[in-house]
Amino acid sequence: MGLTFISSQTASSDSSLDFTSGIDSTYNEYLFTIVNYKPVTDEKALGFQVDTGTNTSYAQTITSTFYKGGHQQNGGWSVLSYNPDEDQAEGIALQKISLTGESNSYPAMTSSGSLTLYDPSNSTYVKHFTARVNTQYTNNGTDAQTWAIDAHIAGYVNTTTALTRVRFAALSGNILTGTIALYGVS
Amino acid sequence: MALTLISTDTSDGSDATMGFTSGIDSTYDAYEFHFINMHPENENAQFSFQVNCATGNTTGFNNEITSTAFNTYHGASKTADGPKIEDDKDQANGTAYQSILSRRTGAETKESVSGILRLYAPSSTVYVKHFMSQGQGYHFEDYSLTMYVAGYINATEAVDEIDFKFDNGEIQGGVIKMFGVS
Repeated sequence: MGLTFISSQTASSDSSLDFTSGIDSTYNEYLFTIVNYKPVTDEKALGFQVDTGTNTSYAQTITSTFYKGGHQQNGGWSVLSYNPDEDQAEGIALQKISLTGESNSYPAMTSSGSLTLYDPSNSTYVKHFTARVNTQYTNNGTDAQTWAIDAHIAGYVNTTTALTRVRFAALSGNILTGTIALYGVS
Repeated sequence: MALTLISTDTSDGSDATMGFTSGIDSTYDAYEFHFINMHPENENAQFSFQVNCATGNTTGFNNEITSTAFNTYHGASKTADGPKIEDDKDQANGTAYQSILSRRTGAETKESVSGILRLYAPSSTVYVKHFMSQGQGYHFEDYSLTMYVAGYINATEAVDEIDFKFDNGEIQGGVIKMFGVS
């Protein structure tokens, strides 16, 4: 079978995109593709959280790592480094999966990538996840102030309770645009 | 890209090794192995793989591998670090099982490692066989560790079998799915 499309949501100035169905024991691996995320408020990264049952707190305990590769559009700067401000150690905040986000001041610039969630319905193990999201971000639209930022995130949701829902939201403000699709992997 | 499920190997709870001895051939140019909650018998266990060229001049699961590995980690009791070279997890034409996915995985009930290994063109009789993996594990000292490994199997014979194990103790849980990538 491979990838089976389950559902998708497209943002239009939404406070969050919540996947509240389709995450169950049907698959032991789920893939979310994130296409052209853009926040209403400049510099606001995309994050995710999860919850159990029909709960809506979206504040599960997460331990995670976050590092990035980056390159300036004029070639003047590059980096490969850990981002200690973006990870969590048994935190309950939205987990950032992009380093930043470009607002509609520059319409062509967005973030795209994917999030994989392993075996969310398992009631024995913690829930591992990996994500990678690339962002084109700018200060003023010039090559010298525009960057590609390739964010790599991984970690686990430290619960043995089945996860049933996933929320995507900007770290502050609304999601202006972007489509997130959910697939089962089998 | 499409993934086609070829085969699934589910741990019976006491496997010395897991793997696939059929289904790896010229049908696909790339194969993916997805690991769901591989759970070791012992604390501080390293998940790993090797391959065999069963229809070639086989010498068993001891082909030469050259590889690189790096990781990042972080936890409530562990200061974040990385990306950081794992120079005790790489090989230079070594014949050992190649470490992948994570390191020092915990063996308590809720602890495991998950991830993906991609193997390129295993049936080629011209080229070496490239591979890449990313895994995410629960370290036995209670923190998150993700490991990236890439390299090549330095053989021009067709690779048609693959084997997985922890470096000590049994595989006591988990599912491995083999996909063809097209």
